[in-house]
Amino acid sequence: MHRFANPNVFLRLSNRIMPWSTGVMIASLVAGLVFALGASPADYQQGESVRIMYVHVPAAWMALFIYICLAGASAVALIWKHPLADLAAKASSPVGACFTFIALATGALWGKPMWGAWWVWDARLTSMLILFFLYLGHMALANAFEDSERGAKSAAILALVGVINIPIIKFSVDWWNTLHQPASVVRMGGPSIHPSMLTPLLLMAIAFTAYYVTVVILRLRGEILARKIRALRMIRVQAESKGESGPYLREI
Amino acid sequence: MTGFWIIVKRDLSLAWRQGGDGFIAIMFFLIAVTLFPLGIGPEIGVLARISAGVVWVSALLATLLSLERLFQADFEDGSLEQIAITPLPLEAVVLAKCVANWLMTGLPLLIIAPLLALMLHMETAGFWALMAGMALGTPILNLIGAIGAALTIGARRGGVLLTLLVLPLYIPVLIFGVGAVEATLTGLSAAPHLQILGGLLLLALPLGIIASAAALRQALE
Repeated sequence: MHRFANPNVFLRLSNRIMPWSTGVMIASLVAGLVFALGASPADYQQGESVRIMYVHVPAAWMALFIYICLAGASAVALIWKHPLADLAAKASSPVGACFTFIALATGALWGKPMWGAWWVWDARLTSMLILFFLYLGHMALANAFEDSERGAKSAAILALVGVINIPIIKFSVDWWNTLHQPASVVRMGGPSIHPSMLTPLLLMAIAFTAYYVTVVILRLRGEILARKIRALRMIRVQAESKGESGPYLREI
Repeated sequence: MTGFWIIVKRDLSLAWRQGGDGFIAIMFFLIAVTLFPLGIGPEIGVLARISAGVVWVSALLATLLSLERLFQADFEDGSLEQIAITPLPLEAVVLAKCVANWLMTGLPLLIIAPLLALMLHMETAGFWALMAGMALGTPILNLIGAIGAALTIGARRGGVLLTLLVLPLYIPVLIFGVGAVEATLTGLSAAPHLQILGGLLLLALPLGIIASAAALRQALE
């Protein structure tokens, strides 16, 4: 793991991953959408609106998955002071917030015709809303300090505290009597969903994961390059000012 | 252990002499609750129905008010660094400050809550559930709040940020606190809700202390 602490090693590795993750994303997104919108049957109860599920469910999975990644990166950053882990956490939270928002928004669109309400105060929905707030809080805290190092550390602690919410979201449908349906894909005794519906679901999940990988790599590269530029500028300013008022600057 | 009580006493006497944040939190609690009958209308049935929720929500917000200064004032005048280099572990410092903060805000909120519930026409049967819930719940609010307060030391717009970080984490306390009163008023037992609140307290105690101490270390680095 420490091998990747060197930004140059990471940049080289990311150059190799990027084309693959982008390719997988495009291919599975196209295939997933074809299956989701055309090649899969309408539900016998829900009709055509079942197709919202192919965006809603993978987005909700990603919201949880990204939070776990975020918390993992935060733990690595705090324990081993890994320089890229902080950046990875900072790059992840906006993506996670977007997926959480997509899950909530598509859920509302599906809920209006199915439940007759845009929003119900049930345990799954409320805990997802809390997850959304946690993402927003993480983003706000990471950017709230003059010293970006301190912001990253504070945000990492917040991310670890928020992990409590993850099992609550996952098991909210089992622990409480909710309107939201229980898990039907990842469960004991295999998925209870028909393969014709499972295929687009999994394809979309792969597409979303590949999207996350691609975006995080892009954001990380941007951040690393920004830091390099900043460091180069500092060196240049120092070199320039040394000629004029060397001893004064050196004192600072 | 002596260092622990010294910090508790110091915080209490500081708060007492400055006539400070604890008093303001109580005033806020009173005024916030008063606004609801004025906004919603004085109909007894409606007020009685929402009384538990109003009292709890106002208590959450009142607790928030006292949090901003929990570590910030000591950080600004440098006494936090002095306390940090004493042999007392930072975890004990956090606990001491939480105990003092609870005595200043949580306890008065707890004492005054039945009066406000009375103003909102809550049935007297619900009073004990409200008090028991708040006795278990307000320390949780202080402990979770301490994490937020420690994380936002020295942050830009720290107060607003603190609200954004802490309020989502307060939701479980609100749900089960109100749940205990509602259960009693509908003739069910409040015990399950109170037991969950007790469990949350046992969870928040180590979590709040450890996370706040870690955040303080970052701030003092």
